[in-house]
Amino acid sequence: MARIDLDHIRHSYLPNATREEHFALREVHHSFEDGGAYALLGPSGCGKTTLLNIISGLLKPSHGKLLFDGKDITRLSTQERNIAQVFQFPVIYDTMTVYDNLAFPLRNRGVPEAEVNHKVRETLDMIDLVDWAKRKARGLTADQKQKISLGRGLVRSDVNAILFDEPLTVIDPHMKWVLRSQLKQLHRRYGHTMIYVTHDQTEALTFAEHVVVMYDGQIVQIGTPAELFEQPRHIFVGYFIGSPGMNFLPAEIEGRAAKIGGQRIELPGAPALNGGKVELGIRPEYVRVGREGMPVSITRIDDVGRHKVLRADLEGQAIAAIVGEDAEIPAEPRIRFEPAGINIYADSWRVEMQGGPASHGGKGG
Amino acid sequence: MDKTWNNKAWFLVLPVLVLVAFSAVIPLMTVVNYSVQDTFGNNQFFWAGTEWFEELLHSDRFWAAMGRNLIFSFIILAIEVPLGIFIALNMPRKGWGVPVCLVLMALPLLVPWNVVGTIWQVFGRTDIGLLGYTLNAIGIDYNYVRDPFDAWMTVIVMDVWHWTSLVVLLCYAGLVSIPDAFYQAAKIDGASRWSVFRYIQLPKMQRVLLIAVLLRFMDSFMIYTEPFVVTGGGPGNSTTFLSIDLVKMALGQFDLGPAAAMSLVYFLIVLLLSWVFYTVMTNYDAER
Repeated sequence: MARIDLDHIRHSYLPNATREEHFALREVHHSFEDGGAYALLGPSGCGKTTLLNIISGLLKPSHGKLLFDGKDITRLSTQERNIAQVFQFPVIYDTMTVYDNLAFPLRNRGVPEAEVNHKVRETLDMIDLVDWAKRKARGLTADQKQKISLGRGLVRSDVNAILFDEPLTVIDPHMKWVLRSQLKQLHRRYGHTMIYVTHDQTEALTFAEHVVVMYDGQIVQIGTPAELFEQPRHIFVGYFIGSPGMNFLPAEIEGRAAKIGGQRIELPGAPALNGGKVELGIRPEYVRVGREGMPVSITRIDDVGRHKVLRADLEGQAIAAIVGEDAEIPAEPRIRFEPAGINIYADSWRVEMQGGPASHGGKGG
Repeated sequence: MDKTWNNKAWFLVLPVLVLVAFSAVIPLMTVVNYSVQDTFGNNQFFWAGTEWFEELLHSDRFWAAMGRNLIFSFIILAIEVPLGIFIALNMPRKGWGVPVCLVLMALPLLVPWNVVGTIWQVFGRTDIGLLGYTLNAIGIDYNYVRDPFDAWMTVIVMDVWHWTSLVVLLCYAGLVSIPDAFYQAAKIDGASRWSVFRYIQLPKMQRVLLIAVLLRFMDSFMIYTEPFVVTGGGPGNSTTFLSIDLVKMALGQFDLGPAAAMSLVYFLIVLLLSWVFYTVMTNYDAER
C-alpha cells in the first residue's frame, strides 16, 4: 500500500503535441493518500482511463512524474510497480481453475508453493469463492469472474494500489449493489489504496470517500460526495452530478443580489467577481415551488416515482425543480431559491461569496 | 404451441435436395454400385459381391499407399501447425504491415493446385530450376526425379509453402479477437512470454486450430494434383499417395470395380479420422 503522487502529469497520444487540445490529459497534479478510496468520475473521453493507465504503468506520461511513497516510479514497468487492476471486461485465464487463477500472480513471482496455498485460501475467503476453488474459471458468471480479477490483485500482499476501470459495466444491476458493498467492506477491512474509474455518478458517490471529477483532460473538482453536491466548483460538476443536474441561469450581479431578467434574488454574500460570463447555479432540490416568489410557466412534469421533476420557464430560461410526490402545484406557480443552495459562477468556475454564511452546507447528496 | 403443418413447404427444400442428390448422393451410389460388380467393357456388368473389398484389404499396394499418406499428413501437420502459429504470433496487429502481411499470406492460397505443382516442378529441376540448379551448384546432390527422399522433400516443402498461410490466417483471426486487457492483466500479474502464450493466446486459438488441423488433415490426406504434377507418384511408387493410386487404377487400368471399392474405403477412412480428430479435440475442450 502506498501514497500515490501525480506530479504535473500531462499526456498526449500524439508524438509531437504542442497545442493544448492535443493532450488527452492536460495537467494533473494530485495525491492519492495511502489507504484512500477514490473514484475518478467523468464522461467518456475525459482522460480518466488515460490517467489510470499512467498509474498502472501501461502508459508512460509525456510529461511529469509519478511517485509511490515519494519514490519516482515513472520509468518503472507495470510489474515493478506492484499494482493490481480490474478491467471493464472480466479478465480471467479460463483454462485454469479458480484456485490457479489466484495463484498465477504469485507463482509468476516465484513465491514458494506453501505460501501460495496459504495466500490463495485467504483470498478465496475474502472474495467469497471458497466453494468454487476447484472449478474451471470459464464456467463462472460475470460477477464471479470480476471477483477473480479482483482476487488476483488482493492475493499479493505487497500490492501498492488496486485500480478499477469501470469494473461493473458487464454486471447485472442487482449484482452491482452486492459487489459494490463487498468492495467497500474489503476496503474497510484491508485498507488498500483503491482508485475506481467510472462514468456512473451513483457508483462513484457510493464507493468513494473522495471523488475526483474529470472533464476534458483536467481534474475539475476533488471532494466528498456532499461537497460535489452542494458546491460544484465547475458548472460541469453541476451538470454531471445530480439528477436532473444543476440549473444554470445567466445573471447580473449587483452587490449582494443577482438579477435574472426582471427578477431580483438576494444572495447570502457578495460574489468576488472579476469579469466573465456570470451564471447563477441552483440545484433542483433547492428550488421551492409555491405561491410566493418569481412567476414561472410550467412546461412539463415528470413523475419519477419517489418525487416529481417539474420543468418550467423562468424569464425565458428553462429551469427544473424537484417537488414532493404529493405536493400541490398552484394554478399560478411561483418559485423561490433556497439561499444556501445558490452558487455563483464566472466563466464556468465557482466564485466565493463574501460576508455570507460558512460555505460548507449540511445536506448530503 | 400449435405448429402449422403445410406439406407444400417441402417444395422449399426441394432445390437443395436435388442439388445434393446430383452432386453427392447419386455419384456416391454409382460408386457403390460399381464396387460390387465386375465389368469387361461393353457396359456389361457381373455381380462380384465383396470380392473387390477383400482383394483391396489384402493388397500390399493399398496399405503402402495408405502408410505413405498417413506419414505425409503427419509431417504436414507437424510442420504447418507450429509454423503457422509462430508466424501468426509475429504478424503485426496494427499499422500498414497488417494488409501487407495478409495479402502476402493469402497469395499462395489463391494459386490453383496444378499451377503450384508446375511452379515447383520447374523450380526444382536440376537443369533450369532455380532451386534444383542452385542446390547442385553448391554441392548438394538434389534430384527429385531420381531420389525418393528428394521427391518427398519437394512435395512437403511445396505443401508447406502452399498451405501454411491457411493456418496462419486462422490463428491470426483468433489472436486479434483477444482484447488488450488480457495482455495488460498478464503484465500486471507478471506473466512470462510463455505463460501469455500458454494461458491466453493458445486457449483463444483453440477453436480455430481445431478447424485448421481438420482442414489440413483432410486436404493432405486427399492430396493429388501437386505431387502428381511434380513427381507423378515417383520415383517408383515413393510418392504415390492414395488418390494418385486410385486414379491410376480407375483411369490408367480402367479397373472400375476395385477402384470403386477403394474409393469407398478411402472415403470411410477420411470420414472416420476426421470424426476422431473432431471428437478428441472437442472433448478436450469440454473437459477443461
